[in-house]
Amino acid sequence: MTLDQIKPGSHCRIKKLSIGDKLGQRLMDMGVYSGIRVKVLRNAPLEDPMELELDGYCMSLRHDEARFVEVEVL
Amino acid sequence: MKPGNILVALAGQPNCGKSTVFNAVTGASQHVANYPGVTVDKKTGWFKHNGSRFEVVDLPGTYSLTSYSPEERVARDFILHEKPAVVVNVTDASNLKRSLYLSFQLMEMEIPMILELNMMDVAEKRGVEIDVKNLEQRLGVKAVPTSMKKGKGKTELLLAIESAAAQSNKRQSVRIDYGALEPYIKDIEEQLFQDAAIGAQYPIRWFALKLLEGDEAISGLVQGRHVRAGAFLSYVETLRSRFEERHGAAPEVHIAQRRYQTAEDIARTSIINLDPDKRTLTDKVDGVVCHRFAGPVILVGVIWLLYYLAIVQGYNLTNYTWPLLAKLRSLVESLTPVPGFIEIPLLRAFSLWFVDSINALLNYIPIFFILFALIAVLEDSGYMPRMAFIMDRLFGRFGLHGQSTLPMVLGGIYVGGCAVPGVMSCKGIPDERSRLATILIIPLLNCLAKVPLYVLLINIYFAAHKAWAMFFISTISLLMVLPVSKLLTLTVLKDKETAPFVMEMPPYHLPALRGVLGRAVERVWLFIRKITTIVAAVAVVIFALLQFPGLNSERMDFYEKGKEEAIARFYQKIENYPEHHAVLQGGALMDMVNYWEEYKAAKMMTQGEDAMRTLQANFQSRNPVFFSIAQPQNKEDKKVNREFKKLVKARNKLLREMKKERINNSFLGKLGKTLTPVTRYAGFDWKVNVALLSALAAKESSVATLGALYQPDESGQENQTLEQRMENDSEGFTPLHALALMLFMVLYPPCLATTIAVKVQTGSFKWMLFSMVYPMCLGLSAAVLVFSGGTALGLTGMQAMWAFYGLALAAAIAMGLVKNKTEYV
Ligand SMILES: Nc1nc2c(ncn2[C@@H]2O[C@H](COP(=O)(O)OP(=O)(O)OP(=O)(O)O)[C@@H](O)[C@H]2O)c(=O)[nH]1
Ligand SMILES: [Mg+2]
Repeated sequence: MTLDQIKPGSHCRIKKLSIGDKLGQRLMDMGVYSGIRVKVLRNAPLEDPMELELDGYCMSLRHDEARFVEVEVL
Repeated sequence: MKPGNILVALAGQPNCGKSTVFNAVTGASQHVANYPGVTVDKKTGWFKHNGSRFEVVDLPGTYSLTSYSPEERVARDFILHEKPAVVVNVTDASNLKRSLYLSFQLMEMEIPMILELNMMDVAEKRGVEIDVKNLEQRLGVKAVPTSMKKGKGKTELLLAIESAAAQSNKRQSVRIDYGALEPYIKDIEEQLFQDAAIGAQYPIRWFALKLLEGDEAISGLVQGRHVRAGAFLSYVETLRSRFEERHGAAPEVHIAQRRYQTAEDIARTSIINLDPDKRTLTDKVDGVVCHRFAGPVILVGVIWLLYYLAIVQGYNLTNYTWPLLAKLRSLVESLTPVPGFIEIPLLRAFSLWFVDSINALLNYIPIFFILFALIAVLEDSGYMPRMAFIMDRLFGRFGLHGQSTLPMVLGGIYVGGCAVPGVMSCKGIPDERSRLATILIIPLLNCLAKVPLYVLLINIYFAAHKAWAMFFISTISLLMVLPVSKLLTLTVLKDKETAPFVMEMPPYHLPALRGVLGRAVERVWLFIRKITTIVAAVAVVIFALLQFPGLNSERMDFYEKGKEEAIARFYQKIENYPEHHAVLQGGALMDMVNYWEEYKAAKMMTQGEDAMRTLQANFQSRNPVFFSIAQPQNKEDKKVNREFKKLVKARNKLLREMKKERINNSFLGKLGKTLTPVTRYAGFDWKVNVALLSALAAKESSVATLGALYQPDESGQENQTLEQRMENDSEGFTPLHALALMLFMVLYPPCLATTIAVKVQTGSFKWMLFSMVYPMCLGLSAAVLVFSGGTALGLTGMQAMWAFYGLALAAAIAMGLVKNKTEYV
């Protein structure tokens, strides 16, 4: 399962980033790395992007980008 | 400690308070906002402490130090090449664990470091406790807790900086253990040691890590300096793929993972989070602010409220401030040489021109003050990133980026920004294609300098629908900008690089009144300074261009004859009143004219019967005979008064004709007229052309020039506002003309300062030229469409306005349906 498929309000754990380079590095630098728990807070009014909470802070991410993040639902 | 400059760098993640720290220690005023990525360029300031001079550099906020984004490169290159004596790593203490990710990277760069635990007040409020001693021990660096917004901890920080700079031997900070990667690091380190060029200049371990991460900028450095660069780099490549093969993760993933694990490990022993669920309030607010239906409504409401408070209410305030400016003008007038019958001294003409130009703009200060204060409130509260969140999908469809919101807000999405900071802040947009598109469209937004013209025209031609017209003009720029940017990304920008949208959403803050007002004052002051420099300079140039070459002696003789005739006629008419005739002989006649003008002006400024009586007594005691003519009581005086009024009228007519002829003949007048065959279709007459030409240097000048072109003649119009004067003077100028003019102004080419900013941000002369030419073509097309189209269809101003709005909306929707192609690697 990938992060973009997670419904707002549910929790998941990051398994793997299936992309390197710019997007992968950026996600890692923002605290998205394997093993961390993520809560999907909500989608933007126009569905995209989505807001996540991880480790006490929030960030937003486009669905197109979230599909490179493999997760397991908790 | 040795005297001289000690270089101190402030580094940290976005929005942790670096600029606040910078302002606190240097006393400067950097832009502070609760929005990640506000500082995109490094800023330098200094302070003196115990006799040493410390130079402080405020680096852009970065989450990491890779070479993928420009601000990370700026921060990294500064530390790497300028080698500051101390790096102050500013962190958000309420979010320390994540901040450590960057701290480790700074420590690896082997520069003496201080860990500043900022936002302690927030941490306390959230129940986060930090064991500072333990933290210092585990990291091997000095840690200083501060709450810089309140100035707490500043003394301790300065002391720590001083002692860190004084220590000649570096304090040994701990190293992250990269586990399985360590042998690989060692291998590369050894090879680097053998290379004198790199080994002596860079922190070796850091350099090795970067090579293993596959950092292109560092590979580039090796390319330039290593003796056998090719062989060495391909060896690094083999190491990278070998590691990935054996451990199932690329080195960069492994490195990030280890950094987070170490941060976690340290956090476990030194951070006590008593109440980990304190984000709930922000989350609850977000539930509403980012809600599917409520979110957009709130957004539109916020924008509308901004207009209403700043433009509509601010404009009402100008009714109180205008008389002050009128007084200033009277003062200047009284200080300059008195005019002759038809000879206006150049100094007088110039001084009044100058004051009129400046006054026309100073009049808008109440509007700007309210506007800036409100924008500061938005910035401080943390609402800006929510705007980016809400807008990204929409902007994304038009080739822009959610983070284009900040530049666009600064540039004037809200009516009344400034394109210069707008363009400069585009540096923070990680996506090159969106970044260039944003830079190119920012000048089309409603910058501060365009607002006076809008307000002026709306108050004359759309007075009955002020709020709607203002709503139109402020949203139409956005509506036009969207299809334009999409068009740009589909054509000239289609091959540019793209990048992901990953943005932090900081918790909400309550804006501090002092900070908000301070920033509003500061920005108003900046605006005033801009007037007194650029606009004043432009006013001088325009004056010269309008004044010269002037009238030739033949024409002067003609007017001289007109003057003599008028005077002779006057004397002849009052022959029967020998007393008056005798008094008004020779120079006394001109004295009487000036006395009359002064009396009239003074009367305009006076309100209330008592004040009027005092005024009259005053003028009567100055010259009883003149007064009897100016304020006639008996039949004789009344007759002379009537004749005298005719004389004044004749004089004003002469003056007006002379002025018109002078401007007609002037350099700018000629240019303005040369353009009319084209601009006619847009409804611009030569006066408007002249105003628009003068706006090329700075848009503020358009109103300043109009203000002066519709300058009060020497006939007692001095105390009318420009609105009243334009209304009286320009017959045939309809709301349709005004609409075309406003639309042209929306799409007006960037001012000089913005052009320079575009050059800096795009790094190319070609883009700079492009940014000047394309809006001009666009603007003229829009104006022609509205004016010629509107005239042909017989539309009123309001009808044309909404028709154009519909067209723009249709264009935007059509462009929004076209897809950009995007790559994620
Ligand atoms: N409560 C509290 N707020 C603070 C403190 N220091 C800064 N702030 C606020 O935090 C926000 C961000 O501050 P800035 O100084 O702009 O942060 P920055 O690190 O320069 O941000 P960038 O330039 O975007 O990287 C502002 O709203 C500040 O008023 C503090 O010690 N306590
Ligand atoms: Mg800053």
